[in-house]
Amino acid sequence: MNGHQVPGCATLPGERLFAGLPQPCIPQPGIPMLATPVPAGFPSPAADFVEDRLSLDEHLIEHKEATFFVRVTGNSMTGFGIHDGDLLVVDRALHPADRSVVIAVVDGEFTVKQLCRIPTGVLLRANGNGHSDIFVGPDQELTVWGVVRWSIHSI
Amino acid sequence: MTLALVDGNNFYVSCERVFNPKLEGKPVVVLSNNDGCAVARSAEVKALGVKMGEPWFKMRDLAKKHGILALSSNYALYADMSNRMMTVLRQFSPDQEVYSIDECFLGLDGFQHLDLIEYGHAMRQRVRQWVGIPVCVGIAETKTLAKLANHCAKKNHAGKEGVCDLTRMTDTERSALFSNIGIREIWGVGPRLTEQLVGRGITNVEALRNSDAKTLRREFSVVLERTIAELNGIPCMDLEEVVPNKQQIMSSRSFGQYVYDLAPLQEAVACYIAIAAEKLRSQGSVAGMVQVYVRTNPHKADAPQYQRGLTVPLTEASDDTLLLTRAALWGLKKLYRPGYAYQKAGVALLNLSAAGAPQMDLFSTAKDNSRVMAVMDRINGMWGRGTLHSAAEGVRHDWHMKREKVSPGYTTRWDQLPLVT
Ligand SMILES: [Mg+2]
Repeated sequence: MNGHQVPGCATLPGERLFAGLPQPCIPQPGIPMLATPVPAGFPSPAADFVEDRLSLDEHLIEHKEATFFVRVTGNSMTGFGIHDGDLLVVDRALHPADRSVVIAVVDGEFTVKQLCRIPTGVLLRANGNGHSDIFVGPDQELTVWGVVRWSIHSI
Repeated sequence: MTLALVDGNNFYVSCERVFNPKLEGKPVVVLSNNDGCAVARSAEVKALGVKMGEPWFKMRDLAKKHGILALSSNYALYADMSNRMMTVLRQFSPDQEVYSIDECFLGLDGFQHLDLIEYGHAMRQRVRQWVGIPVCVGIAETKTLAKLANHCAKKNHAGKEGVCDLTRMTDTERSALFSNIGIREIWGVGPRLTEQLVGRGITNVEALRNSDAKTLRREFSVVLERTIAELNGIPCMDLEEVVPNKQQIMSSRSFGQYVYDLAPLQEAVACYIAIAAEKLRSQGSVAGMVQVYVRTNPHKADAPQYQRGLTVPLTEASDDTLLLTRAALWGLKKLYRPGYAYQKAGVALLNLSAAGAPQMDLFSTAKDNSRVMAVMDRINGMWGRGTLHSAAEGVRHDWHMKREKVSPGYTTRWDQLPLVT
């Protein structure tokens, strides 16, 4: 599936997707538009050097289907360079390693913390202004929702 | 042929739970946009006996007693999650037929060297991890059997942990399993056919599988003959085969509140025509007749009752929303009686045939709107239904149930992203 997917054409479960849905003609970002023939006699001197324009999506997103964006509220992670209002790029395809910054589910709420494996269990470490860490014992359930890959901070 | 059917569990509810973990383990229903019927139920809600399509007002007491949480449909979210799920599943086979928003067939010919049960578990695990959606996997030799295998996986009749591979069963094992499954669970066997077959003593899958296909074909249809062949492991439907177009297209809803006047009824009917006409064009058909109906609430026996439908024939078949709307509104005007509390209206497009040359018609202004319609469908497809609509649909939609229980556009709106502390 690629940039030609039509968003918003929902159907009910069990109902067939439209086979003949008209596809919007959107050029894919990053693909140079050289398909149109160049008039004879005017070869573009740039044609030999054409390369894909840089794309932030490509840079920030490794697994398209597994990547989600979330918004930070609060200052519990400023020590990690994650600030109130920042946009986080979260990849669910990655397995959390020790010391990964993750989105965890604690009491039904999302929280961004550093995952630290310690002998007695797991410590969700905050590194901010006096926010306490969260200890998860071996008998407690911990859901890691995804691994944070990038924090996008507005200047 | 070997193929898998992968199907999302309580798909809409599961989509909501990905972004709202508090819903985990709680009874949750997702309601249709404007009639307040259950269109998705969590396992906890199913266990309480709530049926698919049950109106919200009917389950209110139950909801209060058991703390059922109701959400309005968030179709933008479901469409995005569906795209993600389907793309992930394509990693497992190049042959994919997306059958509905939460189901796809995957061709597994050439994968027989793998342990297909393990492969099914890998699909399940990956969709769960990458997208967050729980799915079940049914594996078999035909589409009909794969659907049945999926049903078995979901209901835990056979297989393990959400994966059921019928190809690993002996015929004796299949017989035992199929004897315990009612025929209404078979793909393509609707409630009416079920009733007729039960009347002839064919109640379970095993009985149908062993029935004489030729006899039943004469009495019912060639479709049933194909179903019987498929139940016996003989593929009659290829992966990409397009199912036959619908012979009629209906669109109807109950109103969120009672409607008394003609104007809001007109808006509603125009809206349903727009939805039905979009489906009509997407399957490349034209309609020869438009049916419109209205009714009061039959559950409210003390209120004055009124129920009537009218079929408006078109001189020439059409797929033009404006024209179909005009026909439906003409019919509605004839039907409408003041003094009733209307609860439901609906339309049906009938006498469908393949779209051909441009048509003209009694209600037509002799103008071909097909290009307008194509643009309308494309824009509505991209930006959500109702972005563009005919003037008769109105913009106020008083009759529309408020979507106040709708969840945020977690993956489609920058201002509605999930929050993390
Ligand atoms: Mg499903």
